[in-house]
Amino acid sequence: MSDTPNAQKRPFLKSLEIDTRLLGMIGAFLLVCIVFNLLTDGRFLTPRNIFNLTIQTVSVAIMATGMVFVIVTRHIDLSVGALLATCTAVMGMTQTAWLPEIFGMELGHPLIPWITIAVGLITGAVIGGLQGWLIGYQAIPAFIVTLGGLLIWRNVGWHLTDGATIGPLDQTFILFGGISGTMGATWSWVIGIAATAASLLALWSGRRNKQKHGFPVKPAWAEALMMGLVAAAILGFIAILNAYTVPDRVIARNPSLYGCETAEGCVAAYGLPYSVLVLIAVAIIMTVIALRTRLGRYIFATGGNPDAAELSGINTRLLTVKIFAMVGVLSAIAGVVASARLGYHTNDIGTLDELRVIAAAVIGGTALSGGLGTIYGAIIGALIMQSLQSGMAMVGVDAPYQNIVVGAVLVLAVWIDIQYRKRVGAK
Amino acid sequence: MTAPLAEMKNVSIAFGGVRAVDNVSIELHAGEVVGLLGHNGAGKSTLIKMLSGAYKMDSGEIWIEGNKATINSPRDSRDYNIETIYQTLALADNLDAASNLFLGRELTTSFGFVDDSQMEAETRKIMARLNPNFKKLKEPVSALSGGQRQSVAIARAVYFNAKILIMDEPTAALGVHETAMVAELIGELKKQGLGIFLISHDTREMMELCDRVSVMKNGQMVGTERVEDVTEDDILSMIILGKNPKEAA
Repeated sequence: MSDTPNAQKRPFLKSLEIDTRLLGMIGAFLLVCIVFNLLTDGRFLTPRNIFNLTIQTVSVAIMATGMVFVIVTRHIDLSVGALLATCTAVMGMTQTAWLPEIFGMELGHPLIPWITIAVGLITGAVIGGLQGWLIGYQAIPAFIVTLGGLLIWRNVGWHLTDGATIGPLDQTFILFGGISGTMGATWSWVIGIAATAASLLALWSGRRNKQKHGFPVKPAWAEALMMGLVAAAILGFIAILNAYTVPDRVIARNPSLYGCETAEGCVAAYGLPYSVLVLIAVAIIMTVIALRTRLGRYIFATGGNPDAAELSGINTRLLTVKIFAMVGVLSAIAGVVASARLGYHTNDIGTLDELRVIAAAVIGGTALSGGLGTIYGAIIGALIMQSLQSGMAMVGVDAPYQNIVVGAVLVLAVWIDIQYRKRVGAK
Repeated sequence: MTAPLAEMKNVSIAFGGVRAVDNVSIELHAGEVVGLLGHNGAGKSTLIKMLSGAYKMDSGEIWIEGNKATINSPRDSRDYNIETIYQTLALADNLDAASNLFLGRELTTSFGFVDDSQMEAETRKIMARLNPNFKKLKEPVSALSGGQRQSVAIARAVYFNAKILIMDEPTAALGVHETAMVAELIGELKKQGLGIFLISHDTREMMELCDRVSVMKNGQMVGTERVEDVTEDDILSMIILGKNPKEAA
């Protein structure tokens, strides 16, 4: 045996117990950032661009977390972009037409955005659940059901709005769009410090729990280093977002919004956007589902061996309905973010998102053969895709060439992953 | 006489016109090992899968400890304390041993989350008993050897205090040493009062391990005999000819 139990001889990374694939993905992401930063003379890694990159990623990243579960169970969902469009159409019509006209709510009524979001989420859940039922109980391949869905839901959205752009959307609703809704510096720090504390507590209680059962734990220095890295990452991210300040001309329009009496000498940071907070919440919930609930365990078991899952008494058909309903809800949440960011529902919202979402999940290490995938991987995958796209746009690469590069990177990423798995002997 | 632990009465199932199991009856008593023999496709596994809930029988009845039982799913079967070790082992290759052992019956914390540490601790305990060499608790079971995978599947059946154990070719993929371990385990479980259905192709092994053997051919029951009443040749001729030599005599 080459790996002796002697802790001191264990390699550095093994002591840290960091997933080497996570490390690889972060490395790839940093590489992309550094290359573009050099090509753009330092414009890529500015607080402003990082802020923009973050809010541009949110919508696809939210859906990608759900796509992980779909692909893990050996299915595929080609309809997420179209589903997003139907959800935003429903939400657009609910807030601008149905609630005011049918229920007599005045535009700007404080309940409108919340009713709208609830209606959107239900729409997503019902449509997703319906597709899941056709796949799980009627045994129609997911590829076919969602390919049909791609055509159907995009045009149901068109039908609902007669193809018109719907807007302007509710003032509270558009707070979920990104730059239109941020927390400011103080609250961003509060959230950042709370998140840091929560993460450290989670790491610490995980260690305690292992010790309680007498399992081996990593050396104390490794644990401390991990905690340090996590804290630095969270607080560093908040610091970068807070470093992006509101331009003077924007403050000049209404200084009181930024806590100043006059525009003279007023400095205000955008801080953490609500949409990013939504993504973080989604990521946490989906990760907990994946790792800490029976539902998640059954999703991965079914992906690893559907027959074994069924013989273990898991209702794999109902599981399929749940997974697709979850993706439906996530598409609706992504729809809130996407339409709020635009300020309108447009006919082509979310076009080709299905491909970006699948690519994000796959670049993030989700195996199409099933059983393997992580939520954080999908989010990093979405971030890598978005960085490539915006980076190339900043460098001035023409759109057709951008797509050629993105396509090639997708194939390359999967090839590298396959080679890596061959090396380590995993399946 | 006490009621049999498990009894299948006049059970039939057909797949698209092929009568895979045709009017078969079989019973199993506590502390008894009943072997099922026959060619591939004789209907052994199919018969047993109706008891374990993987297939739903077309007609017939299942009685468990003197009561009529309704088994429509693997979950129903588990509720009657029937555990099955499938020929394919039915393991989720991407999950670790503990997750497989508790698949479908996860231990949870008071918040309803799966309790991985508790499950790992329990897995360590039972593995220490069944296969002391088993160390790869953190790795997906795809990284385990055939024998180790088999121990996970056996541990899953043993852990939940089965009354009726179904073993479909438990030694097919094993080496000599591991086969002996399985034989020893069967003897131990029998002593504890479990009833065991054992499927195998190895007639000699079956003569050693079983109390009674049932032979099937083409979906029908050829006959059931106590092992001490028959020779290995008798069994072989039942398998090959599909006739019970004792009845013919």
